Amino acid sequence: MKFDTPATTNPIDRLKVVGKPTDRIDGPLKTTGRAPYAYERHDVAPGAAYGYVLGAAIAKGRITGMDLSAAKAAPGVLAIVTAENAGKLTKGNFNTANLLGGPEIEHYHQAIALVVAETFEQARAASSLIRVDYARGKGRFDLEAEMASATLPKEGFGGPAESKVGNFEGAFASAPVQLDARYTTPDHSHAMMEPHASTAKWDGDQLLLWTSNQMINWGKGDVARTLGLPEDKVRLMSPFVGGGFGGKLFVRTDAILAALGAKAAGRPVKVSLQRPLIANNTTHRPATIQRIRIGTSKDGKITAIGHESWSGDLPGGGPETAVSQTRLLYAGENRLTAMRLAVLDLPEGNAMRAPGEAPGLMALEIAMDEMAEKLGMDPVEFRALNDTQVDPEAANRPFSQRQLIQCMRIGADKFGWAKRAKAPGAIREGRWLIGMGMAAAFRNNLNGKSGARVRLDGKGVVTVETDMTDIGTGTYTIIAQTAAEMMGVPLDTVVVRLGDSSFPASAGSGGQWGANSSTAGVYAACAMLRDKVTAALGFNSADVVFEDGKVRAGNRSVALADAAKGGELVAEDHMDYGDLAKKYQQSTFGAHFVEVAVDAATAEVRVRRMLAVCAAGRILNPKSARSQVIGAMTMGVGSALMEDLAVDKRFGFFVNHDLAGYEVPVHADIPHQDVIFLDETDPTTSPMKAKGVGELGLCGVGAAVANAIHNACGVRVRDYPVTLDKLLPGMPAFV
Amino acid sequence: MDSPGDIGVSRRGLLTSGAACAAASAFPASASSKEPIAPMETPPTLPVQLKVNGKPAELTVDTRTTLLDALREHLHLTGTKKGCDHGQCGACTVMVNGRRINSCLSLAVMHDGDNVTTIEGLGTPEDLHPMQAAFVKHDGYQCGYCTPGQICSAVAVLDEIKAGIPSHVAADVAASPAFSEMEIRERMSGNICRCGAYSNIVEAIREAAGRQA
Amino acid sequence: MKAFEYTRASSPADAAALAAKTPGAKFIAGGTNLLDLMKLEIETPAHLIDVNKLALDRIEETSDGGLRIGALVRNTDLAADKRVRRDYAVLTRAIVAGASGQLRNKATTAGNLLQRTRCPYFYDPNQPCNKRKPGSGCAAIGGFSRQLAVIGTSKACIATYPGDMAIAMRLLDATVETVKPDGSTRKIAIADFHRLPGDTPHIDNTLQTGELITAVTLPKPLGGKHFYHKVRDRASYAFALVSVAAVVQKDGTGRVAFGGMAHKPWRVEAAEAALPKGAAAAARIAFAGATPTHDNAFKLPLAERTLAAVLSEARG
Repeated sequence: MKFDTPATTNPIDRLKVVGKPTDRIDGPLKTTGRAPYAYERHDVAPGAAYGYVLGAAIAKGRITGMDLSAAKAAPGVLAIVTAENAGKLTKGNFNTANLLGGPEIEHYHQAIALVVAETFEQARAASSLIRVDYARGKGRFDLEAEMASATLPKEGFGGPAESKVGNFEGAFASAPVQLDARYTTPDHSHAMMEPHASTAKWDGDQLLLWTSNQMINWGKGDVARTLGLPEDKVRLMSPFVGGGFGGKLFVRTDAILAALGAKAAGRPVKVSLQRPLIANNTTHRPATIQRIRIGTSKDGKITAIGHESWSGDLPGGGPETAVSQTRLLYAGENRLTAMRLAVLDLPEGNAMRAPGEAPGLMALEIAMDEMAEKLGMDPVEFRALNDTQVDPEAANRPFSQRQLIQCMRIGADKFGWAKRAKAPGAIREGRWLIGMGMAAAFRNNLNGKSGARVRLDGKGVVTVETDMTDIGTGTYTIIAQTAAEMMGVPLDTVVVRLGDSSFPASAGSGGQWGANSSTAGVYAACAMLRDKVTAALGFNSADVVFEDGKVRAGNRSVALADAAKGGELVAEDHMDYGDLAKKYQQSTFGAHFVEVAVDAATAEVRVRRMLAVCAAGRILNPKSARSQVIGAMTMGVGSALMEDLAVDKRFGFFVNHDLAGYEVPVHADIPHQDVIFLDETDPTTSPMKAKGVGELGLCGVGAAVANAIHNACGVRVRDYPVTLDKLLPGMPAFV
Repeated sequence: MDSPGDIGVSRRGLLTSGAACAAASAFPASASSKEPIAPMETPPTLPVQLKVNGKPAELTVDTRTTLLDALREHLHLTGTKKGCDHGQCGACTVMVNGRRINSCLSLAVMHDGDNVTTIEGLGTPEDLHPMQAAFVKHDGYQCGYCTPGQICSAVAVLDEIKAGIPSHVAADVAASPAFSEMEIRERMSGNICRCGAYSNIVEAIREAAGRQA
Repeated sequence: MKAFEYTRASSPADAAALAAKTPGAKFIAGGTNLLDLMKLEIETPAHLIDVNKLALDRIEETSDGGLRIGALVRNTDLAADKRVRRDYAVLTRAIVAGASGQLRNKATTAGNLLQRTRCPYFYDPNQPCNKRKPGSGCAAIGGFSRQLAVIGTSKACIATYPGDMAIAMRLLDATVETVKPDGSTRKIAIADFHRLPGDTPHIDNTLQTGELITAVTLPKPLGGKHFYHKVRDRASYAFALVSVAAVVQKDGTGRVAFGGMAHKPWRVEAAEAALPKGAAAAARIAFAGATPTHDNAFKLPLAERTLAAVLSEARG
């Protein structure tokens, strides 16, 4: 099915199942521990041997010698895979560094060997018996020091490296009110709870790989490419994914080494990355240095807005696209954005939840707060004044929906924003200084081609099959809701099967495109199945209604199941997109409101209240969508207050590479969170009229927290995370 | 050695020279390569008897096997999760003799004769424990990986409050703790949820506590 | 993790004797730190002596009005003991400020005293660390040292002692009771138990080979108001950047010990004399001669301000 004109009324609009806050259909499995994750497949890969990964001890250089003899002789060892014996491996299309290093080492903890043994304990012990000699090379590990050598990156996911409208420099120079400030965001780790894990089994020349991966189709391609196999000899299965946040968009070393280990050992092998390896072995959100310049008239109209960002990556990698939202979020005639990319020999930078916008808004939305302060304006009013209903770079291109002002106003009202003290440091409760902050949330909507197969059996059970994944997002449930709505059956007669590369390729889970894209694919397949049903039952398809397990037209009503009496009906289709996303700028909007308390003595920050208001198209399941948003808000608190991969600039690695060192929020950091979804349908995005929301919830949160801290204690911190050591020098004496 | 930035290699393994900073000259032998110790012929094993979810289980395990791996790899009770294997996340939380612990930081052989309750022992998909049902109702999970640990912890937390065990957020540690959201948040802080379901988890626990009371 | 033999000890004296005569032996009780380190081969015992079944899990009153805490009393039980909560609230507060409920259920009184540093370079076997591998160097100096020590450091090591319970124990002038391999016992003042790193940072404390902690005794209660203020980036389940244990009397006199500042619980008795004059005066004495790094210099004003908050609360 092709989606190239805005949607009109369709069966989804009935909202009998879609749009309801249904409990997740996978909930009973997950809450009882019965949902099987990639390392837990005793059922399908019994007797799997255990693989343990050895990571490189240096950041850059080469292996000059590797002695496997002690490890090979260790009890239980079945095989050792290294670059020397692995055969030819081709780097995956989505990988920047090789997944098995040696002799060249590209980054710290790059995998250099897999030890396969009968037991986990044996494999782990033997891995430390491998003796490795290195020649350490010179590396570049300091973004600040490499700024001068940074160059224009290639155009990629985040758009062109530079954009210019009007005369930014001139307009900024002549603006009566100006802000020119520098912000930094550190490297972030996805830190999903399930480590990257895979179980591999060879069935002749066919590779079966149970792996924890967000993008099955990309994964199948890159596993095949890396191992030099035809794609039809690779089957990936990922029915449950214990969190990804972008860290499992790509094939990682666990999958490749499990496959190689299983081949070498002649039996199934499973590999899970040990936690202390993950931060340096896998990808991370790259640090940024950002310069923002805003010029306004005296009454607060933006006349010039400029946003530049520097980030680094391994050779061949890409930038953190932190400026992209600045091209679209606020009005202003004279505009400039620019990205520069430095070569760094740190581990591979790549996408993490809301890549670009998350760190970009962390900076931009502090800048907007600072500008409002300079102007003596309320931060909501300043943003509202500079709203735009068209692409500020192309006035003939409207936003498909843009309710940013509504989000801010409703949020301000519900949150009690009017009670915010204008002057910082004005409200104190005992030892706590109290402040409120807000930020706009913005994230583009992306659609991707997505396919599904739908089956109807003689009992009326509808089964959906797609390689789409559920990474905690609620995909199982919204796909079931979509199929139930389309076929007019109750939710419990729908079976959803996900994450198997033998199913039709979907858009996968990433970039908050999953929900709308994958359900649109299911819509397309269901539309085809409806045609087959009506044909099978001899209806005229023009006026047929699917409802309550029946198919009805005029006075005639037949049980849906009857259509499959003569045998299962199967329909497979995908949703493809025309140019609506070019004609209309499709974006999601929101506003975050945060109240914090800052300890007047220690400068410890505690978040006391949080509210997000989101306008993101049709909300397919308000319960799971709300969870996406509160989870993103939680991650935003982490980025505001604590998350920071500390770089050792001498040796080139992230020092705090475990969950004790890299702190993410715990229960005690997070208060009750409120989320409001504005009533919105966006007919330009798909027949579902939905957009993504899982990343929108993160966008702007960090700045809202930082702005609240400033409002509480008067200290403006522009370098994340906003930890107490950065606040203390600006705090009044405490006696 | 090609340049001052390079590292010399000795027969003992990696040697640093003037690596990246002056201080590096103080590092005579960086530990990239450990001194190989001759492995034992066969690693020691021991029998251990557990009672898991009410059922006796007899195992012979490598002394190095953690309670977590005994459950997951030997008994195939994979509901208990390995998130970090270092006591930093709480995904492996189980109850031993009625108390919650991190099963990753305990050896199976240390639990001979112990009573272990895992997520599988609380309820089944068809017959959920009230805490499990409350998690489903309040969407107190997303990816599901930390969830069994959260639920085991939550069940134990309610018992700990009942038993009067104090917490960090008590105004007066001598007084008996009362149920509050602050208490729940503090006591649940050893269970990390990166998906960020905390707000909903607290709602679920509050409901389950109400039902229990 | 290296393979090891495993034995359950039958008595404290037997455990000590066995440990002394068995090469590479270590005691295991809660295991929450030891197993963590064994998985990374930072600890590589060839033999584990499980002391969990020894009957050292009671808290008894002593003849001089104090408490004798068995070495195996779990953190949770020690924190929950009614007498501790009433008379040694600083100890309960310190314990419940540490780790998580799960870890406190497992961790023991003796084991907690023996907790090793959380220095990230100590935890990464690829990096030089004099504590892990004597003579290899210290990567923390000149590296990421935000968490590390600001006083009592040496050219060989800037690690901190990470625990909370021991800070309160130090404040309370606890005594560590041990049994030695020859069956004799000794008492070690807590002040003499933890060491500064000096040239031998691999030695954390003054226990001798095979020596087993059997109990920790507390002298009679101090009265006063009890505080344990732990400062950290996240609200729970994190090691202290700085912590302040204090007992403050009505007249403003009192005791104070600091965590997160040094290789051992940091208490300077001379500084306590200045407490009535305020936090700045006390901190000046307590941290005279401090040697912070660029990353952790904030700990000095932070410690002073945290102490000021405690004193303010004590007054109010």
